[in-house]
Amino acid sequence: MSEMQKKVVERDEVVIKFAGDSGDGMQLTGTQFSDASASFGNELLTFPDYPAEIRAPQGTVAGVSGFQVHIGNKEVQTPGDLADVLIAMNPAALKTNMKWVKSGATIIIDIDNFDNKHYKKAGYVEDPLGDGSLDGYALIKAPITSLSRSTVNALNLGIDVKTADKTRNQFVMGILMWLFDRDLKQGEEFIAQKFAKKPNLIQPNQAVLRAGYSYAETVEAIATQFHVNPVKGKKGTFRQITGNQATAWGLMAGAEKAGLKLFLGSYPITPASEILHELSKHKHLGVKTFQAEDEIAGICTAIGASFGGNLGMTTTSGPGLSLKTEAMGLAVITELPLVIVDVQRGGPSTGLPTKTEQSDLLQAIHGRHGESPMPVIAASTPGNCFNYAYEACKIAVEHMTPIILLTDGYLANGTELWEIPNYEAMPKIVPPFVKDNDPDYQPYKRDAEKLNRRWALPGQKGLEHRIGGLEKSDIYGEVSHDPYNHQVMTDYRAEKVKRIANFIPEQKIIGNQDGGELLVIGWGGTFGALNMAVKELREEGYDVSLAHFNYIFPLPKNTEDVLKKFKKRVVCELNLGQFADYLRTQYPQYPYEQYNKVQGLPFFIGELKDKFKQMLEK
Amino acid sequence: MEEVQKLTREDFQTDKPVKWCAGCGSYSILAAVQNALPQLGIPKEKIVFVSGIGCSSRFPYYMKTYGFHTLHGRGAAIASGLKSARPDLNVWLATGDGDSMAIGGNHFIHLIRRNIDINVLVFNNKIYGLTKGQYSPTTPYGSITKSSPDGTIENPFRPGELVIGAEGNFFARVIDKEPRGMEKVMIDAANHKGTSIIEVLQNCVIFNDHIHESIVGKDVRDDRIIMLEHGKPMIFGKERNKGLVIDGQDLKVVTIGENGITEKDILVHDMTTKNPNIHYMLARMTYPTHPLAIGVIRCVEDATYETVLQAQVDNAVANTKIKTVDQLLHSGQIFEIK
Repeated sequence: MSEMQKKVVERDEVVIKFAGDSGDGMQLTGTQFSDASASFGNELLTFPDYPAEIRAPQGTVAGVSGFQVHIGNKEVQTPGDLADVLIAMNPAALKTNMKWVKSGATIIIDIDNFDNKHYKKAGYVEDPLGDGSLDGYALIKAPITSLSRSTVNALNLGIDVKTADKTRNQFVMGILMWLFDRDLKQGEEFIAQKFAKKPNLIQPNQAVLRAGYSYAETVEAIATQFHVNPVKGKKGTFRQITGNQATAWGLMAGAEKAGLKLFLGSYPITPASEILHELSKHKHLGVKTFQAEDEIAGICTAIGASFGGNLGMTTTSGPGLSLKTEAMGLAVITELPLVIVDVQRGGPSTGLPTKTEQSDLLQAIHGRHGESPMPVIAASTPGNCFNYAYEACKIAVEHMTPIILLTDGYLANGTELWEIPNYEAMPKIVPPFVKDNDPDYQPYKRDAEKLNRRWALPGQKGLEHRIGGLEKSDIYGEVSHDPYNHQVMTDYRAEKVKRIANFIPEQKIIGNQDGGELLVIGWGGTFGALNMAVKELREEGYDVSLAHFNYIFPLPKNTEDVLKKFKKRVVCELNLGQFADYLRTQYPQYPYEQYNKVQGLPFFIGELKDKFKQMLEK
Repeated sequence: MEEVQKLTREDFQTDKPVKWCAGCGSYSILAAVQNALPQLGIPKEKIVFVSGIGCSSRFPYYMKTYGFHTLHGRGAAIASGLKSARPDLNVWLATGDGDSMAIGGNHFIHLIRRNIDINVLVFNNKIYGLTKGQYSPTTPYGSITKSSPDGTIENPFRPGELVIGAEGNFFARVIDKEPRGMEKVMIDAANHKGTSIIEVLQNCVIFNDHIHESIVGKDVRDDRIIMLEHGKPMIFGKERNKGLVIDGQDLKVVTIGENGITEKDILVHDMTTKNPNIHYMLARMTYPTHPLAIGVIRCVEDATYETVLQAQVDNAVANTKIKTVDQLLHSGQIFEIK
């Protein structure tokens, strides 16, 4: 052990970025580190950065996969703008990520991969270690590959080099465990769990983890340990959850509370597929998943299941939503419950399939043939994907309507430490069923308050009826081409969706309840960055507030009251201004400024603060 | 078991006017279905008719059962979801040659491949009726229609080939003018567990009148079609003296009593054999080289999608410790922070 005195630095928050080849296990290492931080009592949020290719050529920029972890001792709501610590397993990882690190950041590289061969693959002309570009950073040149190999070799287990190299991420983990003063045992337990089915890999991975830890402890190049304290006063039961997992669980919760079987019809598409995977694992809760032949069949099987009395659902991303629009029209006119989840990604077309964007908003609100009103809601954190998925089920079932839930690639793949909700206390969901042989049943007889029709299921005696895409007569549901009837039914469908506003919460203001200078307006997945930017500015004394929308169509009833209280409004979104345009049509009496970004990236707190300050100082 | 009330044809008839053209082949299909259903012993409320779009697809509106008139081509997908969610229901799909093989071709083959227990009535009139006379995917090559004034330049599908190519287990062909034959085949289809495809040679009086007449017309049919019966030699002809034999790699028509051929030489129809080769040849046959096969060509039992899916669910439910979403929320790695 070194006699050298190592310095411990207390930090409120730290952002760590893991980057390597997509086969380097960076996602796993990131998860392992965030698990350790969660146990320690930190707040955290993580965000992976996948390449679009599955295994692009090793060592190339296209193959770099990343994972960012943001930990803190108070609220953490974004993955962090820039990293304090970067782990770069090869030159390509360094090259790709240098623009995302803070000046003076700690950069840990696997020096064994920094040679001419790798420079060439990464497209470096000059040796980045010799050209001065890393001056001012705390560079740690760790021989990760060679020390991992020699550690594994010393065990004499007859493990080949390829397998030994797969333990390298544990060397990195060991360094981090030391760097952040974490309990090594926890890392060892994680390995034991992770490799429970491949027990011969447990010992070598644990040995390499310890080797990394010892290396960090010993080597003089690492002089500083970071200490991020647990969050004070934080109590409760938490788990790490991604947005997609939370969505899947929220859908299951909604179906279960409604007393319905969940049926998912879905076609795989990035970044929504994990919802299909997750739901497929839960047949034990009565869930049926149907991997359809295409996006259209995905929604159509779900509509068929809803007709049969299951809670039909379909999950997709933008291009898939486009393919489903015809069937959405059928769900609107037949007034069946149906939950459509759109995990938005960069578009149009294949666009940026692994990156985030909020550009399906107007498609969700308007993108159908005919007068085809459908409620739209949006989740705003990875964890509250659970709540809004649940809410989508509730609205679909109780109002007898298809509904679109918008999430996005950022929420879908991001992880937060999520407080497990009080399931008992979640609101009831009551389907508008009909009793067998009810003499008053008519397919399109409506509830006086919500205007929904009732849900009679095949198999029920005495309720045989026919529904379909042709316009139906009011109350009786016979095919009708009567002009006046079409007006009546179109008006009913519109009014039914409008009245959902009577059943949703009012729009909240974060900040000055009585209004003020500047109202920041956002919706969906940008909440974390907007909230932090507004919070920091308020702490700096600026008069700025936030209205972040989860209910998009219909908007909360008090929306106008919220908008009119402020002198200036700025609508911030990851598109070219779709929510701003929507507000302009709904409340044209107010001017709206915009802040937009379409780079496949979430907002950074810094850029938002600059924009808001500029507006306040104008 | 609950006793099933004895139903009659009238129980399935609606009091609403049926709006197909006078003389349309669909009327006799409707009648055959309404005659067949009471013989199945299935409670009326368990029967559902799903359809796509087109003349055929108005069918559910004329049945006093649960019904769902859906989207063009998507009936197969909607019925698939319904039957997968509710294996207890008896699900029928009414579709046409355009609905099932053009716009809905993808759903059609995947329904068959999955072997979901749905009875499919394909109204094949070889033309688009509801859109007024364009050619369909089964229109014969060279046909002059509204959208092919110089003759079509597309090879038509034969539905039976698609069914067998998609690993189908039940395929039958019937004629709209043969109510008894239709009724019997519909019962066979309903009793078959798995996707059952019935191709009905249906006449469109307006846009494609007499399209099937040159083969199935009363005066010529005896020598131009063969009525298949399981376990019986494949014999046809006015004189009942023609039969089918295997010749090289194809089926060949022979005459009993000529060249030493006796009834024993004639191929016996086995609709239940898994090997689809002869079924495929039977499905392809057409006049003038061969007679057109009518009746059940293939009827093979295999596991159905919805039954296996339900079994997976039941098995998972029976063997889990996590029985509610609340238990799931608290399972796995949890961080208790005090």
